[in-house]
Amino acid sequence: MPSLSERILAGVAGEYVDREVDRAYVHDGTGVLTYETWRALGTGEVARPSRVYVLFDHIVPANNSTTADLQHELRNFALFHGLQFSDIGGGICHQLMGEGIALPGEIIAGADSHTCTLGAFGAFATGVGATDMAAIVASGMTWFRIPDTIGLIFSGTLSGGAEAKDLALTYVARLGMDGATYRALEFIGDGVSSLSMDSRLTICNLSVETGAKTGMFYADQVTREYLMAYGQETAIQDPPDRTYNQEYPFDLGAIEPVIAVSPRVDTIRPVDELAGIPLDQIFVGTCTNGRYEDLSRFAAVVRGKKVKVRTIIGPASRSIMSKAARTGVLSDLIAAGCTILPPGCGPCLGAHMGVIGEGEICLSTSNRNFRNRMGVGGEIYLSSVATAAASAIRGEITSPGGMV
Amino acid sequence: MRIEGHAVCLPADIDTDQIIAGRYLRTKDRSVWKRHVFEDLDADLAERLDGAVIVAGKNFGCGSSREQAPVALKVAGVRAIVAPSFARIFFRNAINIGLPLAEAEILCNDGDRVEIDLSAGMITIAGKTRDIRPLSPRMLEMLAAGGLVSHWRQKR
Repeated sequence: MPSLSERILAGVAGEYVDREVDRAYVHDGTGVLTYETWRALGTGEVARPSRVYVLFDHIVPANNSTTADLQHELRNFALFHGLQFSDIGGGICHQLMGEGIALPGEIIAGADSHTCTLGAFGAFATGVGATDMAAIVASGMTWFRIPDTIGLIFSGTLSGGAEAKDLALTYVARLGMDGATYRALEFIGDGVSSLSMDSRLTICNLSVETGAKTGMFYADQVTREYLMAYGQETAIQDPPDRTYNQEYPFDLGAIEPVIAVSPRVDTIRPVDELAGIPLDQIFVGTCTNGRYEDLSRFAAVVRGKKVKVRTIIGPASRSIMSKAARTGVLSDLIAAGCTILPPGCGPCLGAHMGVIGEGEICLSTSNRNFRNRMGVGGEIYLSSVATAAASAIRGEITSPGGMV
Repeated sequence: MRIEGHAVCLPADIDTDQIIAGRYLRTKDRSVWKRHVFEDLDADLAERLDGAVIVAGKNFGCGSSREQAPVALKVAGVRAIVAPSFARIFFRNAINIGLPLAEAEILCNDGDRVEIDLSAGMITIAGKTRDIRPLSPRMLEMLAAGGLVSHWRQKR
């Protein structure tokens, strides 16, 4: 039986195909070079403006005149051509596309490596660079080499202090940073149905850290109900009865809280082994863990207490922030001493708001801990939200056991 | 299509943050990328890149989709990159901007003479010749044109 990639791209693994792109998006970081390259193509045309999204999230609001000028130019391009536009404060591109826009079975290209996040909906969603994106904007098409697929078979349910992020870091460590290069991941098995959409988005988000082209869940009843809330009536994709050339079984019940230590995402240690390491900053947010489920889980731990380390919270979108305000999660976070950022990528890429200093350690719920990424000479440890929350209360790395 | 240059050897898993850091991305001035390429990895490396063929370990260019990474290498004078494997977005980006890549696992000493014949699918380093994994006809065509933009303009 064909893989989900083969079904959506309508071909067999290894084949090169040209396909229409259902949705294409850029953010303020990659949009500038995309626009410049699109102009160099010289067509002056946007093939399908209703299918092209410009979503500001990387440096929002602008931090200096250079950024402001670049954003001004990109904003004008989007508005002039009638593209789908979200200005500062709207949220992170992958999250916005995941709020009732990306649909099962679609082909989605985003000018950002974490576009694979949207595989959570059973879409073929993959990151491209600015030049590929410029050609997609102009023609509505691009080429793909249909990937081979690796099966990650989930059984059981997450328990104890472990959450989707721990599962994600665990599979990245198992496969390695290039374990799935040029290939796609499929997450299947009995364990899938217990995972919420927010959890699936986190799990798919990390797939590019194995080199994968995308990571996908088959759309099921959970997907259907989530999209229904956005007024989208969608079908279910039946998972195949098949085996994969490469398969990795995961017993979700055996997943433990882990941390990916600087500077590699595929190098994990049990949180217990690192307990007591003092922290300079905690960051909760990004396209990995800035969703409502994450903010709510963090707030449940810090409610009525004070954080002992500077703690930055970046909601992934305005609607998430708004829901957190409605339910009291936001005021709990503020009362606990957290600093709230506008919706966006925050300090994840080290360009803006929350950059760390030399010798500092940041425990982050994001997806990359590369050397110097959040600030020259600083170290990044990646964890789940529950681990970040327990650690915030103590000011040092702390196991979430018992606190959730 | 033939390329030659001096080898600059690099380890495996060079990510795009190491090629050009996030703090230098908000500009259209390519000389900024040329100046800061590999800054966090080895500040002296940039000087050795003019006319170079980078010979790296596996998974070169992993991480972010930033096209500034291959552009920075190109404006710094890198003529081609050889590695056992590349991160896929970097791979497409490099071909799209006309920076040749060759998939091969070879031993490298800094300064070795490297010759690549992309059409024939061969690489010679320090006098020893071996095969490289062939690029698809589409990619060879794109590289021959100098990248996607000029290829596109030629076709229309």
